[in-house]
Amino acid sequence: MAEGENEVRWDGLCSRDSTTRETALENIKQTILRKTEYLRSVKETPLRPSDGLSNAVSLDGLNKLLAHLLMLSKRCPFKDVREKTEFILKSVQELGIRIPRPLGHGPSRFIPEKEILQVGSEDAQMHTLFADSFAALGRLDNITLVMVFHPQYLESFLKTQHYLLQMDGPLPLHYRHYIGIMAAARHQCSYLVNLHVNDFLHVGGDPKWLNGLENAPQKLQNLGELNKVLAHRPWLITKEHIEGLLKAEEHSWSLAELVHAVVLLTHYHSLASFTFGCGISPEIHCDGGHTFRPPSVSNYCICDITNGNHSVDEMQVNSAGNVSVSDSFFEVEALMEKMRQLQECRDEEEASQEEMASRFEIEKRESMFVFSSDDEEVTPARDVSRHFEDTSYGYKDFSRHGMHVPTFRVQDYCWEDHGYSLVNRLYPDVGQLIDEKFHIAYNLTYNTMAMHKDVDTSMLRRAIWNYIHCMFGIRYDDYDYGEINQLLDRSFKVYIKTVVCTPEKVTKRMYDSFWRQFKHSEKVHVNLLLIEARMQAELLYALRAITRYMT
Amino acid sequence: MEKMSRVTTALGGSALTGRTMHCHLDAPANAISVCRDAAQVVVAGRSIFKIYAIEDEQFVEKLNLRVGRKPSLNLSCADVVWHQMDENLLATAATNGVVVTWNLGRPSRNKQDQLFTEHKRTVNKVCFHPTEAHVLLSGSQDGFMKCFDLRRKDSVSTFSGQSESVRDVQFSIRDYFTFASTFENGNVQLWDIRRPDRCERMFTAHNGPVFCCDWHPEDRGWLATGGRDKMVKVWDMTTHRAKEVHCVQTIASVARVKWRPECRHHLATCSMMVDHNIYVWDVRRPFVPAAMFEEHRDVTTGIAWRHPHDPSFLLSGSKDSTLCQHLFRDASQPVERANPEGLCYGLFGDLAFAAKESLVSAESGRKPCAGDRRHPIFFKRKLDPAEPFVGLASSALSVFEMEPSSGSMSWFVDTAERYALAGRPLAELCDHNAKVARELGRNQVAQTWTMLRIIYSSPGLASAASLNHSVGKGSSYGLPLMNSFNLKDMAPGLGSETRLDRSKGDTRSDTVLLDSSTTLITNEDNEETEGSDVPADYLLGDVEGEEDELYLLDPEHAHTEEPEYVLPQEAFPLRHEIVDTPPGPEHLQDKADSPHVSGSEADAASLAPVDSSFSLISVSHALYDTRLPPDFFSALVCDMLRFYAEQGDVQMAVSVLIVLGERVRKDIDEQTQEHWYTSYIDLLQRFCLWNVSNQVVKLSTSRAISCLNQASTTLHVNCSHCKRPMSSRGWVCDRCHRCASMCAVCHHVVKGLFVWCQGCSHGGHLQHIMKWLEGSSHCPAGCGHLCEYS
Repeated sequence: MAEGENEVRWDGLCSRDSTTRETALENIKQTILRKTEYLRSVKETPLRPSDGLSNAVSLDGLNKLLAHLLMLSKRCPFKDVREKTEFILKSVQELGIRIPRPLGHGPSRFIPEKEILQVGSEDAQMHTLFADSFAALGRLDNITLVMVFHPQYLESFLKTQHYLLQMDGPLPLHYRHYIGIMAAARHQCSYLVNLHVNDFLHVGGDPKWLNGLENAPQKLQNLGELNKVLAHRPWLITKEHIEGLLKAEEHSWSLAELVHAVVLLTHYHSLASFTFGCGISPEIHCDGGHTFRPPSVSNYCICDITNGNHSVDEMQVNSAGNVSVSDSFFEVEALMEKMRQLQECRDEEEASQEEMASRFEIEKRESMFVFSSDDEEVTPARDVSRHFEDTSYGYKDFSRHGMHVPTFRVQDYCWEDHGYSLVNRLYPDVGQLIDEKFHIAYNLTYNTMAMHKDVDTSMLRRAIWNYIHCMFGIRYDDYDYGEINQLLDRSFKVYIKTVVCTPEKVTKRMYDSFWRQFKHSEKVHVNLLLIEARMQAELLYALRAITRYMT
Repeated sequence: MEKMSRVTTALGGSALTGRTMHCHLDAPANAISVCRDAAQVVVAGRSIFKIYAIEDEQFVEKLNLRVGRKPSLNLSCADVVWHQMDENLLATAATNGVVVTWNLGRPSRNKQDQLFTEHKRTVNKVCFHPTEAHVLLSGSQDGFMKCFDLRRKDSVSTFSGQSESVRDVQFSIRDYFTFASTFENGNVQLWDIRRPDRCERMFTAHNGPVFCCDWHPEDRGWLATGGRDKMVKVWDMTTHRAKEVHCVQTIASVARVKWRPECRHHLATCSMMVDHNIYVWDVRRPFVPAAMFEEHRDVTTGIAWRHPHDPSFLLSGSKDSTLCQHLFRDASQPVERANPEGLCYGLFGDLAFAAKESLVSAESGRKPCAGDRRHPIFFKRKLDPAEPFVGLASSALSVFEMEPSSGSMSWFVDTAERYALAGRPLAELCDHNAKVARELGRNQVAQTWTMLRIIYSSPGLASAASLNHSVGKGSSYGLPLMNSFNLKDMAPGLGSETRLDRSKGDTRSDTVLLDSSTTLITNEDNEETEGSDVPADYLLGDVEGEEDELYLLDPEHAHTEEPEYVLPQEAFPLRHEIVDTPPGPEHLQDKADSPHVSGSEADAASLAPVDSSFSLISVSHALYDTRLPPDFFSALVCDMLRFYAEQGDVQMAVSVLIVLGERVRKDIDEQTQEHWYTSYIDLLQRFCLWNVSNQVVKLSTSRAISCLNQASTTLHVNCSHCKRPMSSRGWVCDRCHRCASMCAVCHHVVKGLFVWCQGCSHGGHLQHIMKWLEGSSHCPAGCGHLCEYS
């Protein structure tokens, strides 16, 4: 069996032209059936010792193909592909080969599958989005399926991501994916790592690099330090970090490359937050997304374990959730009442300057006590940890940190005035794209809150945004941090803090326990705010350091 | 002294005195403002709020308005403004949204007067009415503008921009009731202070936030705006629609803009990021700033002209914690440093040359002698005496045209089109390319191909014969390949002559003689052509250097590999007739005498002429017989490639590189290869040889080159029905839900080649449109557009 003729080409499926897809499907079908036949014939003939290995290899190859087919049958935006791939799978099964079935519970472990839009039932606008995404990546990932709750944002998100990974830019393609892997690995996000390992290999990256950062070029290794600091304690970034990267003899980065890398790093740090914050399940075609075992065998996936997320847990939370329905109803009411009060009494009650300043400090200090009770270290899964070193380096509270780090004043360095100009200067067009994304995320509203309509949620959104920036030591002079205490309750703060700072520790329990009466789409909305605020915070620190280096 | 200057200004004279100077502040400044007496300046920032007196030699701190022990956010100033009617009145905008007024006339140490806490977000800008004593305007991040009457405790009226944050507000200097406001979303609005319900006029001025605006002090309707999109635009507001009259492109986002007093077209700008300089632009010359102040080490945050009628003093505050007074006469003028000379080759050898007029006129006496064959054409721009920079940067342009016959680059195009670079066995490719080169009369190139074939592919039976044949033919044309620029009639002849002689394989002394004569003639040549700017010497010199380089390494090889070299001696007689095939084996001998191989001179001598001239052939024999790895030659081949590239024939270098592929690639460093590829691709594209250039890109193995094909592959198209951009890929417009790729002629969906007009978005099958436009000049869709097809 020559490898050449068995090479399955998936790219034809991404075409918008149905006839092209049809031919591609036909080819895939032929190849797969041929492989299946071959395997069957081998099975029937007595095994020769030399055959054993190659047989296992080709079975493994076939299984990978079948998993990919399974993914397509569920997640391809084109109906013809979905139907045809399902048909191929069936015919393979009839030939006596075990076919995989999807594991788990839809794109997200936190959100019931029925809540999430099914592929095939989307409206025209979403279909275009899906088709775009599919054409660009050859898949429709779970993140997209969860984000499609907010199509307006999703469009901007996909556009930015596509530009960052595939369009003109100073970094070569495989570097981009590798940086994505590095960033996601900092948060032990095996989901993103798996996705990008595939992409990395697809664009011709050297598989050796995947064995660990020390196998990558020195240039990328140098980036490790920045990645680490940026992910966990961005306020410690100094211009010396930047200088170290830019002046490293033959391994030095150019400014444009560095900005590209920084944008990628921050993008993937916050995307890791989203992945954990919304409990994104592994992709169907990746490890842990499908199984060849029959359904009867108990099913669990690795990610569940690493997150302390056994199915038992879910049961408990569910029952707890049912009990407190009436409680949570009042929660929403109370929140709305508080917002109303704040709106009204803002003009009357004048807090003194000292009061305002101390409120920020209090909020900052308090944010460090806000932490989930289960603080035990989770040892990262082996395959992810090899992508980063210094596993012990994690988020340390801004205020708890020993030395005094001056507060970052937005009025002195903000995204709109400074960050944007710098990014756009060094990496044209990306500043614009990210700017749009920030705007959409910040201004996104449907004027609804749980069951209420026509609510002005700007105050709540601003509180969430500023709370996240507060955790990173970024202060808005014109914001009264007392509002945060009024609007965000403890369980919500725990969730925010965990998602933003240590996303790998998010559990379904946390997800369920905040804002119990709110819709899932609203919780996803919160997540979008979280990741964009986090990305902006990291970017601000990194870009300020670059600016300082340049002046 | 301070008093004196005060007196003079008060008298209406503009006899301000001073020098370029700066003083250190304790903290970064955010904004500055000048008192109307031009003798004091106020500096405000996050942790500074001071008044300085401007004296002749220095700034003197007069007053610190930041009193009280506890730092308050009310004192963290984003902006400050000094009333132009009342010397005691100041207003600041605080980052926490408070507007504060200050009365310097208060007897106590704390001069704070009133506090307005109506804005919910940071106040970006405050502005006093130019003539009214009590009217203050503020613009804030929360999207509102408020007008305060200082006699009352709260705002008189609130203006809602209905859009994003307000970045700047400015009262019109001429129109009593009008003010302009600029917004983060790129809009500029004009308001009447009496009508808070809606704005008088709104237009989009910039892409992205508009950070600042300034009314022209004299021209009633002129408003300058500066934005994040790095532009300064001057708008004429007197017309019905705001009209952009001037546009200056700067290199960084524009943070402040201020018209220069008494100079109608001048304005000063500073930037918010990256660029620390202050520029003064003449809006009519938007490409080079008229003056530039480079004192600051960090971004400039505030600029102000010291006196409204004195154009020579500019004050500035900066993030680097300094306050500066700049004197216009001390400014650096980029024009002076500009290099008004330019030189450019046209595709067909034309040469355009621009130089300072003074230089050109000085040299004009020498022109005629260079004239005859090249026809210099002079262009002189008619000078407008009103224009700035007259005499500073004016230049004359001269164009030299090639003689039509000699300027032909057709060999390049032909070669590019006919060469085969891939898809066949190496031997065939080489043969094919050799044939192409020969047909175009480029025998040396043909020869090279043939030799490459011998080196790298297994020996064909016919090889010897064809080799011989090609040589025989070759020497009879022998036009040096790069002679196209060489205009001397004798030069090509000379070239072929020497070559002829050389290839005859005469004795060594003969060649040496000839060679020296060549150089002699070349030198003469040089002198003759010197005045004409054409590097004829360069070309001729290269013709000579060619063989040198080719065989430079050979002797070394010969010595290092001596054992193998001796082995196949028995093969010599068979091939004896080919001895003289290499275009100039004698050169080896020349070289043997050169210092290069001096160490082994004796050896070389002992080898005798015959021996060494055999070197190439015999070694290639060794290859056949003992299976010498072709690596053996790679150094030689690389040198050959470098030589071609050096000589200007990058086409050859790249073609060989592609054809030989892995065989030589590793021996030439990536950067050089990249350089060759880019030059060749650039040339191809200038000749519109898109297909060839694409093929080259595709076949290149250099990463940076193959990337070229993946970059900028997006094509933005409009729907032909609704004329709006198609957002989805694919060919169905999501607005009008129709297929956009219909042929306007036959009304069928186009598959395959689709051509469309960039003006009206209509198009169709290539054939149909071509045919249609032969008969008609209008768009076939009937939209009335005059389409062009070229």
